[in-house]
Amino acid sequence: MERCAQVLNRALHALFTERADVVLIGEDLLDPYGGAFKVSAGLSTKFPDRVLTTPISEAAIVGIAGGLALRGLRPIVEIMFGDFTTLAADQIINHVAKFRGIYNGQVSCPVVIRTPMGARRGYGPTHSQSLEKIFLGIPGLTVVAPSRHHELGALLRGAVLESHDPVLFIENKAMYAQPHEPPIADRVAEFSTRTSADCFPTLTFSLNNFAAPDLTLATYGGMTPLALQAALELATEHELFAEIIVPSQLSPLPTTELQASLSTSRRLLVAEEGTLTAGWGAEVVARLMDITDFPFASARVAAADSIIPTSRPLEEAMLPQPADIIAAALKLTASPRR
Amino acid sequence: MSPETLALLHARMVLIRTFEESVLTLFSQGELFGTTHTCIGQEAIAVGVLSQITRDDIVFSNHRCHGHYLALFDDPVGLMAELMGRATGLCGGLGGSQHLYRENFFTNGVQGGIVPCAAGMALAEKFKKTGRIAVVFIGDGTLGQGVIYETLNLAALWQLPLLFVVEANGFAQSTPTALQLAGSITQRAAAFSLRTAEGDGNDLASVLTIAAETVAYVRRETKPCWLVLNTYRLGPHSKGDDHRPPAELATARIRDPLLLLHAELSAATLVAAALSARSRIDAAIAAARAAPFPTAAA
Repeated sequence: MERCAQVLNRALHALFTERADVVLIGEDLLDPYGGAFKVSAGLSTKFPDRVLTTPISEAAIVGIAGGLALRGLRPIVEIMFGDFTTLAADQIINHVAKFRGIYNGQVSCPVVIRTPMGARRGYGPTHSQSLEKIFLGIPGLTVVAPSRHHELGALLRGAVLESHDPVLFIENKAMYAQPHEPPIADRVAEFSTRTSADCFPTLTFSLNNFAAPDLTLATYGGMTPLALQAALELATEHELFAEIIVPSQLSPLPTTELQASLSTSRRLLVAEEGTLTAGWGAEVVARLMDITDFPFASARVAAADSIIPTSRPLEEAMLPQPADIIAAALKLTASPRR
Repeated sequence: MSPETLALLHARMVLIRTFEESVLTLFSQGELFGTTHTCIGQEAIAVGVLSQITRDDIVFSNHRCHGHYLALFDDPVGLMAELMGRATGLCGGLGGSQHLYRENFFTNGVQGGIVPCAAGMALAEKFKKTGRIAVVFIGDGTLGQGVIYETLNLAALWQLPLLFVVEANGFAQSTPTALQLAGSITQRAAAFSLRTAEGDGNDLASVLTIAAETVAYVRRETKPCWLVLNTYRLGPHSKGDDHRPPAELATARIRDPLLLLHAELSAATLVAAALSARSRIDAAIAAARAAPFPTAAA
């Protein structure tokens, strides 16, 4: 099975081969280095005119990509670590995400900003964060964070070629090395799956062939394998069946699958790798409360509100683990359904 | 410069001045809301520089952008409607004073961030081999922003057809340049090996000469250039926020770019320009008042 980084790399090669207007811009992109996580490997050799290696200037890189997009090109930015998106925040929030709206839809600025987020590799406090929550709810910006079970190539292609708005495309760092395992005939290992028809689809996983779930477990990106592992243990050890909802689009938040699952389960557990306060989970819970006309109980599993320690045992303790999901699920299901 | 060209450019400067003075009046009368930044005293730069490019070239302007728009498009009607929040405005009232778009003209209101966007546009035109250039307007106050130096480095490294125009108007909002800027404005760019030029931004003939040279250089060589035009912001930063000593303003008004042209123009030309600008701006205001406000999408 191909690793996720290789799938993304292959998708980039296909985009460059197919389209002469696709450009890649970022730091350390040239072969033989090929980008810090090798997702861009080989591109500079095959397409030397369209791979722009840059100084360490994240703000200028994103701004230049915005200018390229306003003039009709399809730029892809690689920000080496997601932690560095803060350096380009003005460009992302006040420039590329704004142009279409402030000019009354007369232009579009389809920049794709690819960046790795996430921990579990010992990179420490400033190279391990899941900062995507900072960019949720920015009008004009789509935030996409696929899991290893999404069709990564199709998602990247959709971001580059089909979106009118800029896309922040989050690639989980741990996911890079994991095998890419999209559903085959609506199955992933022990799970039955459903895939929504969106450009950035939501996956739903079930261990009881979509019979009524005991709880709805929402997660995304790098937390997905941990959530599936927890769901398996909940089913085999506790006879509790979770329906796991995995959007690839974090913002704007797709709610159809969440709402449908929750209407039966009446229990919502959200698991994310980022720190708890003001996270994606807070928005998921609040949004579902806004739009549903039935009661439900909810809980959130996330990283502790602290820095991400470098030392492995401390990092493991700070990050959400399958055991945390199981404990939260048991507590949530201990009370009768509302 | 022929008398006809001079009269034409002077008339455009008067149009900008009249527009900006009317904007301040409309604000004081409560007909506009939000904020605005006028370019009173800097009209020779807008008209002089932008008369040297074509409509195919790209212009990225900043919060103080009305003069640049009017210099290029001679369209007080669309601009006034935008400032007055009407559906007939350039951007349907969504953008307002600082966020304008038309054809190859763009503006945004956050300091410095427009500079890499303009560089990206110059890069796109170089990539497409169109021969177009990009012009980006900043002020001396904007030189505090780091992204400008990131972009200077890249513009020089990649030889982008980008003309930086620094309107050095003496202020960063309320802060005099002496309190916010160290070193030399031209040497900042020279350090990145850009060609630099510096001139009197209040003297139309000087602006025309230096703009023609620098625009031709950027286009011919496909290289960036850093043009510093020294001027003085005669009006407030935005609305009623002027705390400068009257004596300083009185001294500065001696070098009002419009006043400097008076000796070269007949009284009849001056009167005609003033009357024409007044009636066109009044018509623009009347048209905007009569236009509907946009309706929010359901």
